[in-house]
Amino acid sequence: MQISGAQMVIEALIAEGVDTVFGYPGGAIMNVYDEIYKQDKFQHILTRHEQAAVHAAEGYSKASAKVGVAMITSGPGFTNAVTGLADAYMDSIPLVVISGQVPMSLIGTDAFQEIDAVGISRPCTKHNYLVTDAADLPRILKEAFYIARSGRPGPVHVDIPKDVTAQIAEFDYDVALDLETYKPHTKGNPRQIKKAMQAVANAKRPVFYLGGGIINSNASNEVRELVHKTGIPAVETFMARGTLTHDDDLLIGMLGMHGSYAANMAMSETDMVIALGARFDDRVTGKLSEFAKNATVIHVDIDPASISKLVNANFPIVGDIKNVVNDMLAQSSVIDAQNYEQWRETIVNFNELHPLTYYEDSERLKPQWVIARVGELLGDNANISTDVGQHQMWSAQFYPFSRPRQFISSGGLGTMGFGFPAAIGVKAAAPEKTSINFTGDGSILMNCQELMTAVEKKLPVVNIILNNNFLGMVRQWQTLFYDKRYAETDLSIQPDFVKLAEAFGGIGYRVSTKEEFDAALQDAIKKDIVAFIEVKVERLENVMPMVPSGGSLFNMMLLEKKESK
Amino acid sequence: MNDNNARRVVSVIVVNEASVLSRITDLFSGRGYNITSLTVAPIPESKYSRLTIVTSGSVRVIEQITKQLHKLIPVLRVYEHEDMVEKEMALIKFPISENLSDINALCEAYNGKIVNVGENVIIAMVSDEPKRIDNFLCAVKRYNPKEIVRSGAVALER
Repeated sequence: MQISGAQMVIEALIAEGVDTVFGYPGGAIMNVYDEIYKQDKFQHILTRHEQAAVHAAEGYSKASAKVGVAMITSGPGFTNAVTGLADAYMDSIPLVVISGQVPMSLIGTDAFQEIDAVGISRPCTKHNYLVTDAADLPRILKEAFYIARSGRPGPVHVDIPKDVTAQIAEFDYDVALDLETYKPHTKGNPRQIKKAMQAVANAKRPVFYLGGGIINSNASNEVRELVHKTGIPAVETFMARGTLTHDDDLLIGMLGMHGSYAANMAMSETDMVIALGARFDDRVTGKLSEFAKNATVIHVDIDPASISKLVNANFPIVGDIKNVVNDMLAQSSVIDAQNYEQWRETIVNFNELHPLTYYEDSERLKPQWVIARVGELLGDNANISTDVGQHQMWSAQFYPFSRPRQFISSGGLGTMGFGFPAAIGVKAAAPEKTSINFTGDGSILMNCQELMTAVEKKLPVVNIILNNNFLGMVRQWQTLFYDKRYAETDLSIQPDFVKLAEAFGGIGYRVSTKEEFDAALQDAIKKDIVAFIEVKVERLENVMPMVPSGGSLFNMMLLEKKESK
Repeated sequence: MNDNNARRVVSVIVVNEASVLSRITDLFSGRGYNITSLTVAPIPESKYSRLTIVTSGSVRVIEQITKQLHKLIPVLRVYEHEDMVEKEMALIKFPISENLSDINALCEAYNGKIVNVGENVIIAMVSDEPKRIDNFLCAVKRYNPKEIVRSGAVALER
């Protein structure tokens, strides 16, 4: 079939089963938008900023386990989207981001809205393409989707000059992919798996170190089974929240800079780390030379470059988590869960010594209470997005997650402004669940224009702004490490968040008591329109425990013990 | 092998397509790896090119370089050379007033010769192991070389 490049984009998206595209039109991508206008196979959600379009596609992808799609124009449209690409790259989120480019004849002439887009996206995408001939477009788009979702997932950027979108060429999407240089290794080496399981059987204090790769691999059920069959306690990374249910006896907690005492101690005392889809990030390990110092390391990951990058793996296993865990299950009879009885008791004692908690000892509400309360009220019925900062860490610590893909947050890049657009994408992917965005008074202003998107498309995200009138996480570091010199972190001067929401046609609440909060949350969910619930919380609350940057995991600052919760 | 900054030679086979070279060099600069020299040319009768990169680093760094290179989509194969034949070429420009027969004799010892004679300068060529090229360039200093160009190393595993 002979069609234009712009039509090819539409046909390819339909062939890939895309039902939602996030984007923002502009000069160089207009031919494609003209074809979007003419079709009714997928919906287009107009965000109010290109960065938000990519974050929304990320949220959509994380909640739906599908490839997220965003579309933007050249020049500033593209540069605005770069933060989203980098965010998706760090967190291994499969996206296809299509940008317009100036016509081929103008490339290199410093034309209006021209920028070397593939030059900029190269270090923050899994792969990228500049399409120079419409005849290549079907193959490139097919490759883009395949590369985005296979192996270690990630964003793929396709830059299409305007004249290529007008060019007529043959479209055939049924071509077989021929990627001789890209063949992800998905099956783990069976002999290595067998040897690793034997080593686990000989260990005394083994720990599962569960990472975000499990969620990408949709392997939570298999991992839950393996954990329970072996009776080996597990820690979760920030990215793996929801792999095990919050009330699972074998879940020790989240580890890392703001991990629980028990999780960090278990990691420090273990003699066998079984890392599944985790990458030993510096926020997880603290001081590397002291991390799981006496442990043998089994490292399962689909990305060979993640294995032994930071911590040497004694048993490197390259493969898809789901496949490898299934193979491990088949070998799990060598392991006797009874052997770890004492180790499990030790961990229970760690947890009793310093449980993850907070004290309600201030007049203003505690931010942790708000998060735990939403958990009590909504639990499994909500998907939880967050922005970045203290509220993000408290969300990871105190929300009772019960399933994978329930927690959507910017882990690797730590992008303030991620939460609201991501929650919009989450709502588009999972309309039956309440889409909550826990945010702060700093973060929410970084993409608050998305109120308009949420109102227009009837995507009723509930933004819970934990307002401490501070750029809280930076303030915490200034308190602890900069002698309370609060350089540019006091956010006492603020907009009226209620009016801000109302100005866009949303609904706003300002609450400072528990009763007011409950009423506001229930009302927002009932009204079913986008909401800002501004909660006045204690200004100087710190996220605890805390491993100071570069410190050893076992050297945590802990919450000062008080009488009662 | 404990040397933390040992010299290493890595060969990379890549699809010969637009911007593939910048994917490689971006990876080195972005991750803070070092490039001492880099050569690239198409492999005859194929869609691939071969790059030879001389770099340095610890065993772990080289392992990461190899893996990260392999992760790039257009990369077919990465060789971290252990036992190789390695050669480099150099062109050197001397003033015509220098002793031509001495220079020629030296060049011959390093698989080279005088390749061009002009009105004011002569140009000599040598091709040998990079370390021997170093030695040669040291030895010809006294003939007042005006300009030196080195090709960077190419290598084949034995």
